[in-house]
Amino acid sequence: MSDKKTYVDRRLPTGDSLLKQLWQDPLGRAGFLGILFILLLALFAPIIARYDVAQINSKARLAAPSGTYWFGTDNFGRDIFSRIVYGAQVSLLVGVVSVSIAAGIGYLFGLAAGFFEGKVESTIMMLMDIIFAFPSILLALLIVAVLGTSIVNTMIAIGIVNIPVFARTVRASVKAVKGTDYIANARSVGLKNSVILFRHITPNSLAPFTVQATLALSSAILTEATMSFLGLGIQPPNPSWGSMLSEARTYMEMAPWMVVFPALFIIFTILSFNILGDALRDALDPKLKL
Amino acid sequence: MKNYIIRRVLMLIPILLGISIAIFLIMQLIPGDVVSGILGIEETPELRAMWEKKLGIDKPLVTQYFNWISGVVRGDFGESFRTGAKVFPEILWRFSISAELAILACIVAWIIAFPLGILSALKRNSFIDRIVRVAALLGVSVPGFAFATLLILFLALVFGYYPPIKYVSLMQNPLKNLEIMILPAIVLGSSMAGSVMRMTRSSMLEVLRQDFIKAVRAKGAPERITIMRHAFRNASIPIVTLVGMQIGILMGGTVVIEQIFSIPGLGQYLLTGIFQRDFPIVQGTVLFMATIYVIINLLVDILYTYIDPRITYS
Repeated sequence: MSDKKTYVDRRLPTGDSLLKQLWQDPLGRAGFLGILFILLLALFAPIIARYDVAQINSKARLAAPSGTYWFGTDNFGRDIFSRIVYGAQVSLLVGVVSVSIAAGIGYLFGLAAGFFEGKVESTIMMLMDIIFAFPSILLALLIVAVLGTSIVNTMIAIGIVNIPVFARTVRASVKAVKGTDYIANARSVGLKNSVILFRHITPNSLAPFTVQATLALSSAILTEATMSFLGLGIQPPNPSWGSMLSEARTYMEMAPWMVVFPALFIIFTILSFNILGDALRDALDPKLKL
Repeated sequence: MKNYIIRRVLMLIPILLGISIAIFLIMQLIPGDVVSGILGIEETPELRAMWEKKLGIDKPLVTQYFNWISGVVRGDFGESFRTGAKVFPEILWRFSISAELAILACIVAWIIAFPLGILSALKRNSFIDRIVRVAALLGVSVPGFAFATLLILFLALVFGYYPPIKYVSLMQNPLKNLEIMILPAIVLGSSMAGSVMRMTRSSMLEVLRQDFIKAVRAKGAPERITIMRHAFRNASIPIVTLVGMQIGILMGGTVVIEQIFSIPGLGQYLLTGIFQRDFPIVQGTVLFMATIYVIINLLVDILYTYIDPRITYS
């Protein structure tokens, strides 16, 4: 009897059909539009923002929302709407860069562990287990405590703590694909390991990887906001929704808008990513539907 | 079973050693010199030599690690750079506060999540189901610190209520202690409730479809017994897995929430250590929290076998 696994198509559906599927699902559509909104806000921040984010205006301190200042002003008289718009840029930048760091390194680790097995696998996975053994925000705080607070260090810290989830996801997919007939065929015709890995195994392990990336983006944005809220992420005067919310706590009764708008934008963004992540998972793997 | 537990406990040793080495190495990356940081402008060669000897950093790296880890094993996590106080007793005292908060948060989460998750599954696609699903999604998506800040704002503006800022221990005054702990527990618990609710719903739906539930119903068992004793028990394994995974999130959550509600737990201690660059505190607290996290995950694994006797570990 053959011990070969049956072929399971784990490739991503083609861009068109996946988008169509997402668009037909009301939740998927909502998540997609939510993210698109934040993305446009970030991309066109210089056009959309009405004032300089760091411009202090002592005459307009703690001004309530109005036609001049749509979301009001903060304790330095800075326009909250403009800071929220640029905050979207910071959130997405940190999210995308840190997830790219995590996904890139995690992918290579996962690929190597799943493909080569043996000592390579046990060494890599032990390292991943050690990173995984830390509650993620704790490790991110530890890394920033050591490296110092800056936007780059925040990205590095969030990137490092997210490596293991990618490595584990890719390793599992690679192992599932590796035993299939067509990989055995690829070997039998003498293809090199690198060709098998990148041309044949990689496309077949992209589906779970994509879902993971969406979820990791939401968690990276959340971690950045949390770290900035604690004063260990993005440093003033750079606008970050987390640090804006933190500064607002002192003035919350006098100027509730300082709390409400950054909080709503953080919630809206995380919610959009989570909804899209759910819809994406349903589209790619209907068995997992919650 | 016994062998499995012994093996898992033994496997903790390399993981914990790995964690301790990782923390130790990360701490070596600190830019600048710790002694210069402590002495500042008062630095002289004699004082520097004295402090290097006192901190043990005049020795090679490997010796430093062994000195540190052998102290840790004996319950000596070093002394605070700032106050000179022993770190370990402080960690233990603060841990009791954080543990109380975490337990209360779990109680809040379970009280919300289990009944609503089960109800949502039983009334699938109904109005109640939709409300519960939206609430669960919000629970998962609203960050604890944002919820906490909005909650404090709401209570202040609508009821003129401000959470107490002076901590009172459970032993001193249980009622006052509960007043301090209940809001942070609600904040932490509600975000945990979101994912537990989702998992309870999907897991219950899966089990309710199965033949044995039809058989139990056909035998004429009351609905309450069918749901609780048969369906929920079988649905609880993925839920326990999730609860285990959430402990890490809960620990991270306490760091932020303790800061917001001025609770002197482990999280606040860690942040103080980070802000004051008091590295024995940072090193000790992170090691302690990671150890607790790993141990709780092990306990969750062992718990599976009690919930589902079909699971055997070899």
